[in-house]
Amino acid sequence: MRGLAVFISDIRNCKSKEAEIKRINKELANIRSKFKGDKALDGYSKKKYVCKLLFIFLLGHDIDFGHMEAVNLLSSNKYTEKQIGYLFISVLVNSNSELIRLINNAIKNDLSSRNPTFMCLALHCIANVGSREMAEAFAGEIPRILVAGDTMDSVKQSAALCLLRLYKTSPDLVLMGEWTSRVVHLLNDQHMGVVTAAISLITCLSQKNPDEFKTCVSLAVSRLSRIVSSASTDLQDYTYYFVPAPWLSCKLLRLLQCYPPPEDGAVKGRLVECLETILNKAQEPPKSKKVQHSNAKNAILFEAISLIIHYDSEPNLLVRACNQLGQFLQHRETNLRYLALESMCTLASSEFSHEAVKTHIETVINALKTERDVSVRQRAADLLYAMCDRSNAKQIVAEMLSYLETADYSIREEMVLKVAILAEKYAVDYSWYVDTILNLIRIAGDYVSEEVWYRVIQIVINRDDVQGYAAKTVFEALQAPACHENMVKVGGYILGEFGNLIAGDPRSSPLVQFNLLHSKFHLCSVPTRALLLSAYIKFINLFPETKSTIQEVLRSDSQIRNSDVELQQRAVEYLKLSSIASTDVLATVLEEMPPFPERESSILAKLKKKKGPGAVSVNELEEGKREGGELNGGGERGGDSSAIASTPSPSADLLGLRAGPPVTAAAPSAGSLLVDVFSEAGVNDDGFLRFVCKNNGVLFENQLLQIGIKSEYRQNLGRMYLFYGNKTSVQFVTFTTTVTCPGDTLVLEPLIEGGAQVQQVINIECLTDFSDAPLLNIKFRYGGALQNLTLKLPVTINKFFQPTEMASHDFFQRWKQLSLPQQEAQKIFKANHAMDTEVLKAKLLGLGMALLENVDPNPENFVCAGVIQTKAQQVGSLLRLEPNAQAQMYRLTVRSSKDTVSKRLCELLAEQF
Amino acid sequence: MQFMLLFSRQGKLRLQKWYVPLSDKEKKKITRELVQTVLARKPKMCSFLEWRDLKIVYKRYASLYFCCAIEDQDNELITLEIIHRYVELLDKYFGSVCELDIIFNFEKAYFILDEFLLGGEAQETSKKNVLKAIEQADLLQEVRALATA
Repeated sequence: MRGLAVFISDIRNCKSKEAEIKRINKELANIRSKFKGDKALDGYSKKKYVCKLLFIFLLGHDIDFGHMEAVNLLSSNKYTEKQIGYLFISVLVNSNSELIRLINNAIKNDLSSRNPTFMCLALHCIANVGSREMAEAFAGEIPRILVAGDTMDSVKQSAALCLLRLYKTSPDLVLMGEWTSRVVHLLNDQHMGVVTAAISLITCLSQKNPDEFKTCVSLAVSRLSRIVSSASTDLQDYTYYFVPAPWLSCKLLRLLQCYPPPEDGAVKGRLVECLETILNKAQEPPKSKKVQHSNAKNAILFEAISLIIHYDSEPNLLVRACNQLGQFLQHRETNLRYLALESMCTLASSEFSHEAVKTHIETVINALKTERDVSVRQRAADLLYAMCDRSNAKQIVAEMLSYLETADYSIREEMVLKVAILAEKYAVDYSWYVDTILNLIRIAGDYVSEEVWYRVIQIVINRDDVQGYAAKTVFEALQAPACHENMVKVGGYILGEFGNLIAGDPRSSPLVQFNLLHSKFHLCSVPTRALLLSAYIKFINLFPETKSTIQEVLRSDSQIRNSDVELQQRAVEYLKLSSIASTDVLATVLEEMPPFPERESSILAKLKKKKGPGAVSVNELEEGKREGGELNGGGERGGDSSAIASTPSPSADLLGLRAGPPVTAAAPSAGSLLVDVFSEAGVNDDGFLRFVCKNNGVLFENQLLQIGIKSEYRQNLGRMYLFYGNKTSVQFVTFTTTVTCPGDTLVLEPLIEGGAQVQQVINIECLTDFSDAPLLNIKFRYGGALQNLTLKLPVTINKFFQPTEMASHDFFQRWKQLSLPQQEAQKIFKANHAMDTEVLKAKLLGLGMALLENVDPNPENFVCAGVIQTKAQQVGSLLRLEPNAQAQMYRLTVRSSKDTVSKRLCELLAEQF
Repeated sequence: MQFMLLFSRQGKLRLQKWYVPLSDKEKKKITRELVQTVLARKPKMCSFLEWRDLKIVYKRYASLYFCCAIEDQDNELITLEIIHRYVELLDKYFGSVCELDIIFNFEKAYFILDEFLLGGEAQETSKKNVLKAIEQADLLQEVRALATA
């Protein structure tokens, strides 16, 4: 295509962007006129222009025409025209439905042409576009092509990957069903290319339907075994730089990672043998000096190690893997060092290899110090974090701290979080913990997020053995001429609470402490100054001798007339409080903060939010949580846990906006931590009563979560659909629900995607009559914070009503039969809603009984009849509702063959009208 | 694999292949970001980097950078060799390939890639088989060309 080459040269010769755009516009105008012209274009010209358009698009310009011409090319009988047509369609997908119809037609023709080259082109196009429309049109046809005996190998390969692409976009449309076993057996195909392509499809399908595809395990193992034991020349062109079939080997090992270790002893033995051979080969001298040889060989090795880690059951292999990676840690290839560090991170979390990983600590520390590539240093830091335990925590934390001084800005915040977590998790003596965090603030103050310094305060408050030390250390740290504002915050809070513990020393007498803090005051931001003002009022309580000095400060214009409302208010209120309150009142109001309720470390939550469960394994974090809790002092103070629960978390008052006198500060505990919407909520039954007379609606809703309900009942059985909607953009993890009372415990798929809805079905059987509703407990993590919520499920006895029609005579006869005093329940109550006859009727029908017309002599009254179906028995019930419009009152009478039923129905209904 | 990009040392995109549906705007944004990131790296640095929730594997051949985005569980080293095999295929087809070949015969570069990788997965790793398929197609072109001449 000479015209195309000329055009490309022209573009390349353009000296400026403007010139290029000008040339392109000229060309676009030309092509447009050709396409619109009266003269029919021949195939070659059409191909040339379509190709030019494609080139222009790939340069980054918008193309809004030419699709039709490209579609025309699809039905050309010239291969090259067809090929360009397909390429254009694949790159410039268009959602115009008329076009899609034409494209699909052309593809259909090519698929049925039995010309393998055309079939492959068509399959490539489907795989490249992968749209839902294409899935709808071809998902049924392609599996047939894939397994048909007379399909050419190259077509099979394309068909397998084409199907994979369609499965990824529209899994609901790709149904393997009857083809499953024949697809799995493609692993046995003689043609290595077919196996290579098919295994990607099988792996993806296995991840979604492991049971249906589990026969692939033994086939994969035998295939792998054949490859691993083959000589490097056996596989001819599938040998890559002396490594037999590296891509296929990696894919086989990857497929096996979808499954637990094989149960069949022989299969397992064979697999272990393969893994050992792969590990052995790593020790053999290389067959080539080319990097391709070692890359291909090591790719297999790393995949094998991933499988060993995945099984996590063969201590011998795990330790061998670890030793192998240890060798790579000092390899001259940066890539291998990087991968070894990454892979070791996962090994560190296995109980079998944790110790073996730890032996490499010096090398890893060295990597952190000397690697020239920041991404490698990052891996080293991750690995140090992963291999940390009580035995090496001090060393690792010290190294990470010293690395922080020179660390790249991009990873500082994460490093700070990691140091803070390790320090807390493995703190044996808390003075070390306090030192570490204060060092952290000193070294990387800008990267110390609120969560980190809130946490050190929480811990100091909860541990009385460290308070004196903390006060002393922070006092010393504040001596530095320039210290980070976060240090001032921690200092202000801790001295305000525990300054008295060091006041005996004349070098840190109350006035010295105050002057030290106040010397920082003017350099600080408003929130810090607000915090300091609160520290000052605490000083007045702790040290009466500072009162006049502090009052003087509060009274100064720069405080009491400060332009910032918050500061001014604090100054005014604190000044007043200190002048009028008696010492006793002051002491009560400004009492030492109560311990914080035990909760997950907010830092951990932050790291999880930042990194997701990717870099650090979830188990690791969970473990951290447990230990974090213990450190928080919750356990030891278990005795007064009720007091803790009822005290609003004190973190809010020094930091919160409406501080005022702390006693009145009932701010919710969420102030300092990440979202914690449900905090200490009890059973929530707001929604419950709204469902007595209806079955569908929204049961619960807050900022995070919406729970909708649909339910249906027949006889004594019911089915309830709960719809959990995640209203946030973040994933909820470990989402579990538990239903208690009917006895069954359900566990939901533990994940709700951001913005997604998950449905849960609960089958209900009513065994006998009941009064207490089942409880639904929901727990999940949102941004790291545990959310706990208990709701009453709106399953009430009336749901099992079977309406009973009867005539007036029958009704009153039965009414009289149920005349025992305990069989009747009656309530007289005020109307909560307008007394509208139609609304009342709708509600009574919703109740589930039959509404009987012309039975009661008074047409204003309503009577109903129904039978409650339980497994144990049937309970007939009659109801009479007498509205009194003048008094806006109702009288409700229920008679049932069972007293508890009458009572319960009466209770439920009294709230409805 | 989620996508593959080929770009020059000057940051000019020479080939782009996307295996996940993305809007044109998003594609341009990703390209700009990655080209910048990769070009900023020094020669001896490692070929892998974390980027968003993906892993980037890249390698430079003369004036061209080949850059692939793979998912968390994918194998970095084998991806490096995917790049290398593709380079070998181009080299064999064009006869010591250079950037200009790819610029002027961009459609061929796409066709070869489609024979080698499909839907982001290796379809055929044998160099012979891939080239055979391409040659057959070329032959088809010539036969047709002769027939119409």
